[in-house]
Amino acid sequence: MKTTEIVVIGGGPAGLSAAIEGARLGAQVLVIDENSRPGGQLFKQIHKFFGSREHQAGVRGLEIGRKLLEQTAELGIEVWLNSEAVGVDRDKKVWVIKDGTESLEVKGERIILSTGAVENSLTFPGWTLPGVMGAGAAQTMVNIHRVRPGKRVLMVGSGNVGVIVSYQLMQAGAEVVAIIEAAPRLGGYGVHTAKVRRAGVPFYTSYTVKRALGRDKVEGAEIVALDDRWNPIPGTEKTLDVDTICVATGLTPLAELAWFIGCRFHYIPSLGGFVPDHNEFMETNVPGVYVAGDIAGVEEASTAMEEGRLAGIGAAASLGYLKPEALREEAKKVWDRLNSLRSGPFGEGRRKAKESILREEGSIYNARTL
Amino acid sequence: MGRVEHHIILGEAPARKKVTVFVDGEPLEAYEGEMIAAALWASGRKTLRYTKKDNKPRGIYCGIGRCTDCVMIVDGVPNVRTCVTPVREGMVIRTQKGLGRWEEGGGSEND
Repeated sequence: MKTTEIVVIGGGPAGLSAAIEGARLGAQVLVIDENSRPGGQLFKQIHKFFGSREHQAGVRGLEIGRKLLEQTAELGIEVWLNSEAVGVDRDKKVWVIKDGTESLEVKGERIILSTGAVENSLTFPGWTLPGVMGAGAAQTMVNIHRVRPGKRVLMVGSGNVGVIVSYQLMQAGAEVVAIIEAAPRLGGYGVHTAKVRRAGVPFYTSYTVKRALGRDKVEGAEIVALDDRWNPIPGTEKTLDVDTICVATGLTPLAELAWFIGCRFHYIPSLGGFVPDHNEFMETNVPGVYVAGDIAGVEEASTAMEEGRLAGIGAAASLGYLKPEALREEAKKVWDRLNSLRSGPFGEGRRKAKESILREEGSIYNARTL
Repeated sequence: MGRVEHHIILGEAPARKKVTVFVDGEPLEAYEGEMIAAALWASGRKTLRYTKKDNKPRGIYCGIGRCTDCVMIVDGVPNVRTCVTPVREGMVIRTQKGLGRWEEGGGSEND
């Protein structure tokens, strides 16, 4: 059985950042990813990122992805692609199915789980028809596969994913017929929302999808207004001529492996549901097992990369590659950036939610004492 | 539907080698390395399988290999996630009914 110092499961922005930090400090790192190329969902993020310059604001997600791959290659980090981590035990043995055919075990002295998240679905009559899909799926279709999922799109959900994907569907030549939002207020950043609005896309707040029309595929959508108790108001139905319904109603952490290995969880709806308990270095209650990125609470690629860095330096330090004082110093820098990413009207809620985990009794460190 | 050849951010679609795959017996031109589901949707075909109980059509849902809505029988192997499986020259792809079944030659290279 292969053994290595750090096994990173999931080669998206968090996992690659963790691997890069770990390897930079001298640790032996293996990245396992089930996809045919690493980078997670970064390569479909063709928009410019937010934050300040040190967060690579103004740089498109795919460019950031390319940089991470370059650094991964420069450091000679081993990456297993087409490799699914299907189980992991308390001895930190990971069971991997490679290329769908080969069964392997690899033992890591430290494990970093950076498995990301999965889009939430929304159930309504017709929700299983071909043509109803996750907004992220539509984004993958146009930006990665360069295939339009449809000509006329209804976007359900006005958060960042909803408005960003709407704009990108338009850049790919599709028409976005409407963006509907069940809440009375729009959910996305102003700059993305305004871009779509300027392009003439109508927004409907306090509206939800009542049903998808069509027998073998989506041929229309019926939407309905909601009252202040979120109940449909009869008589307010509108029929939209669409062939695609994109669902942008949030994401849920992909935490199966963390459950598997015995992590303790917190239920935090604003972070996507059940998230593993972790300390300021992203270590869970299972010693030597770390989490980073969306698995530790759904946020953004920029925060995922910072969490990955924390996990990477934390894991490397615990293996002796970084002295405690140096660890604190490095972690402090990352935490300063994280706190600034988690500020403002959108970030503040996430910061508080994340802090609620760190404040839990039994947490080894405390962010504010760093 | 259709392919995005020109893109304001991504530029022109990269030149790729064409391959021929067979979908329920019919030849289909696809680009080497692209995902099966993408090739099928580009050709206008949205239904990839039918469910076991109610025989309902299913297409692409998550597009990243998580939900298994898009599974088909590929080279004799059922339940292949077509959104994360690239096409290959001569690949034989079939609409899956229900749980699907192993077909002749399926998986033989791995036995």
